[in-house]
Amino acid sequence: MTFFTDENLALAEEIIGRYPKPRSAMIPLLHLAQEQEGWVTDDAMTQIGELVGTTSAEVLGTCSFYEMFKRHPVGKYVINICTTMSCALMGAGDLMKHAESRLNVKSGSTTPDGLFTLEGAECQAACTEAPCLQVNYRHQYRVTTDQFDELIDELALSDHDVPDHGVLSQIRQHIPEDRSVGAVPPEDVKVAPVWFSEDGGS
Amino acid sequence: MSEQDVTEVTVTVNGTEIEAQSGEMLIAAADRAGVHIPRFCYHERMSSVGMCRMCLVDVDTGRGPMLQPSCMVPVSEGMIVDTESDDTKRAQEGILEFLLVNHPLDCPVCDKGGECPLQDQTLAYGPGESRFIEEKRHYEKPIPISDLVHLDRERCILCDRCTRFADEIAGDPLIQFTERGNSTQVLTFPDEPFSSYFSGNTVQICPVGALTAAPYRFKARPWDLEENESTCTTCSMGCRISVQSSRNELVRYLGVDVESVNHGWLCDKGRFNFEAVNSDERLTSPFVRDPDNQRQLLGTDWGSALASSAEAIRRAGPQKVGIIGGSRLTNEDAYAWSKFARSVIGTDNVDAQLGDGLPAELVLGLPPATIADACEADTVLVIGPDLKEELAILHLRLRGAATKGRTQVVQIGAATTGSDSYAQRSIRCQTGEAAKTLSELLSSDDPLAKQLSDGSVVVILGRSSVAESVDPAVATAAVIQAELPHATFLVAVRRGNVRGALDMGLAPGFLPGRTRISNPSASLTEKWKQIPEKSGLGTSEMLQAAAAGQIETLILLGADPLSDFPDRNLAADAIQKTKTVIAIDNFATSSVAQADIVLPATAYGEQSGTTTNIEGRISRVAQKITSPGSTRDDWMIATELAWRLGGDLELTSKEDIWREIEQVAPSHAGITLERVQSSEMFEGILVQQSSIDLALPVPKDTPVADGYGLRLISGRKLWDAATTTEQSPSLRHLAESPSIKVHPNDLQRLGIPSGTEVRVISTRATENLTVTADDNVQRGTAILPFNQPGVGANRFIDATAVINDIRIETL
Repeated sequence: MTFFTDENLALAEEIIGRYPKPRSAMIPLLHLAQEQEGWVTDDAMTQIGELVGTTSAEVLGTCSFYEMFKRHPVGKYVINICTTMSCALMGAGDLMKHAESRLNVKSGSTTPDGLFTLEGAECQAACTEAPCLQVNYRHQYRVTTDQFDELIDELALSDHDVPDHGVLSQIRQHIPEDRSVGAVPPEDVKVAPVWFSEDGGS
Repeated sequence: MSEQDVTEVTVTVNGTEIEAQSGEMLIAAADRAGVHIPRFCYHERMSSVGMCRMCLVDVDTGRGPMLQPSCMVPVSEGMIVDTESDDTKRAQEGILEFLLVNHPLDCPVCDKGGECPLQDQTLAYGPGESRFIEEKRHYEKPIPISDLVHLDRERCILCDRCTRFADEIAGDPLIQFTERGNSTQVLTFPDEPFSSYFSGNTVQICPVGALTAAPYRFKARPWDLEENESTCTTCSMGCRISVQSSRNELVRYLGVDVESVNHGWLCDKGRFNFEAVNSDERLTSPFVRDPDNQRQLLGTDWGSALASSAEAIRRAGPQKVGIIGGSRLTNEDAYAWSKFARSVIGTDNVDAQLGDGLPAELVLGLPPATIADACEADTVLVIGPDLKEELAILHLRLRGAATKGRTQVVQIGAATTGSDSYAQRSIRCQTGEAAKTLSELLSSDDPLAKQLSDGSVVVILGRSSVAESVDPAVATAAVIQAELPHATFLVAVRRGNVRGALDMGLAPGFLPGRTRISNPSASLTEKWKQIPEKSGLGTSEMLQAAAAGQIETLILLGADPLSDFPDRNLAADAIQKTKTVIAIDNFATSSVAQADIVLPATAYGEQSGTTTNIEGRISRVAQKITSPGSTRDDWMIATELAWRLGGDLELTSKEDIWREIEQVAPSHAGITLERVQSSEMFEGILVQQSSIDLALPVPKDTPVADGYGLRLISGRKLWDAATTTEQSPSLRHLAESPSIKVHPNDLQRLGIPSGTEVRVISTRATENLTVTADDNVQRGTAILPFNQPGVGANRFIDATAVINDIRIETL
């Protein structure tokens, strides 16, 4: 099965190399697949299974457990409006209704131009800033209906710094050369990791 | 935990002190003490997961009673357990009420109803009524998750038994929990079905009616079923089963947990091929060749069929009669035929193997090991067939032992196998050169050489390919005998009761009780009127003799040489040139269709007796249904023919036969009829002594490859064109369409694209076949599984060659 681009396949191999057991790379590879396609396709799960040495069914089991792995196409921007207590009290319901009429889709669906997916979500840990929402998991606080419209306009014109859905630019792990210890099975670790040493490994 | 760490601890369960072993789970200790704790997810052959919470009991370890899941709590000294406390009862009621929130109450139309743990435990431990009045969860029901298994997700209680089995035991994690929370459901990956060879086991261990097997769906209600404990004879593993019937028709086999053999598991082939016994195509009356139209068989009565058979045997005389087959038979039937051949006909031309096994010398003479020995040995050396395909449950046992770290599996072979995933080492050798590779390994400084020479070793020895003669296997046995004298053997001959048939003397040169024809026991000489002095012919020699016109009457005793003998051309020639072919069988197989006299025999489930498995363990085969038409047991046919030839076998019942076996077979002395009928037969009675001194034949060398041809490797697959598989409607389409597999580089060298039809040429035949490129195939070899539907590998094989080479050409 070929899903990953050559570049991403090389990255996938590198990611697998970071773990003592290839299977441990399953979730990072699912992120990589989502970054490439915007969502996790069946082909992606099959190839990940092959890469980490397990069945596609096991990859599906893991992938489907996590809400943030999308197994169907989503818009370039996924908008999650918090619907939990604080936000609900501060008008999340009205905000959702407004969002639905502005985007002309029901919660849980994607606009026909493929730009926006609207979803209700559980607490986003920003209760002091209610009502809040996330665009591709980047917070927007105390959102009024006007601000929502403005946000949509900006996003539609790409006048913003939100990357496309699936992009992991802020969480991609980068291990500096001098701190990388490579893949070592736990039982082979005889000394403390470099970052535990007194001089911080530098 | 190592064995010396195990100590006895005392636990109080419901006021009674019981002894338990430290580390053991509370639920298992309670089971042994006869206290039943209700459960859904716990299974004694799988790891505990604590999914269902049904086994909550009050446990007091000195800090006061607390509800704890007894499948997750190891016993400890002084533990006080109450499985009937008020708290326990409230917990059980609560758990059942929760489980029934989403479980549909469709018991009246559910196959599990009547034998359902959820139904039974709700009755015994449930609250009586539910407070849940809302709409239950709905799914499409049922959905097929494989050709054999259907899944009803509404009924599923998410106990993790099937998914755990698939991952832990079968090693085919093709079903998984997907989604989460209220939407959690067991599913396969889209378009990737649960096509495990062991999928039927998940149906058996499902504690609700969520998983049902296609061959049994809506066939019977549990309270209509009658059952008998028996032994599966699909292969030589001897798995214990419960044979269940309804209205005189077999409807289901269930695995029975026997420590020494199958641990309760069955392969799907053994589990579902009962359909063949019920087939409409069974032979139910005798036939003879129409004298006016040689292309037609005419129905006849037993009297004339037996008379013509006897006449054909008499006319041929002892030197020109041959008997091929017998591994379908029970031990008793095999004994009757062995006695009939020697004592009445006076021939030693008998062979239960069809030229695809190993010499009886090796099977009976190599130092024996048990299945349990293999699972406990430091190293299991597999030089032979792909166990997953040929002895599927042995594969499961070894996989279990290897993944738990109890043993290390080392394979030497020319092809990849189903054991690669758990083998410590899989050494690829040239086709037919395993002996050479092994002796090179043993004389090297590879740490594996030391592991083999210092530790205990069980060798699983067999023919890795039917396109190879027995010589490579004999050569391997010789190397092991010389260099690893401490090794014991589990000889991988696969067909039904082949081991029992050889024990009963259905092999040239051998008499009942693992004795040579030159050295009969005193009681045997007394009971048998005559014993031929010279060793007779084996199957291969018999067919060669027949092709040369030296066999006049050939008896096929449940044998189909045209499909199962490696060399179809020789078999066809032999059958054609033989004056009278007498076939005793259940079905009109391709060989039976060529016979001159056809005698219908009773099938599995219609006859009782004993069978012997691969390790020499005798267990019971039970009759459950009456046989169709005028079919007869094989031993009766032997006694009838004996009568007509003026002899008397003096055998009047299966019990009679066993008494005589016990008297005349030295290896079986002391295994009395009483023991065979006692509860000792649950685990089976192990017979391992042999009175032959091993004289290994001198193997022929493997010829060097010429560089133009490809060495043909023809192993067997679980799903093939075997008669019982073909006659089972649920199984017959499971065999892959045949294609010959070759390494991509070899194909490229020939300039042939993968997937095209090519001409395959051997010394025996030229046929057109589809060729597929496969990275897993060793360069210089070609893999074509044996006995698949379509162009069979047996057309290309020359049985007299050590190795068969083929060439591939574009059309």
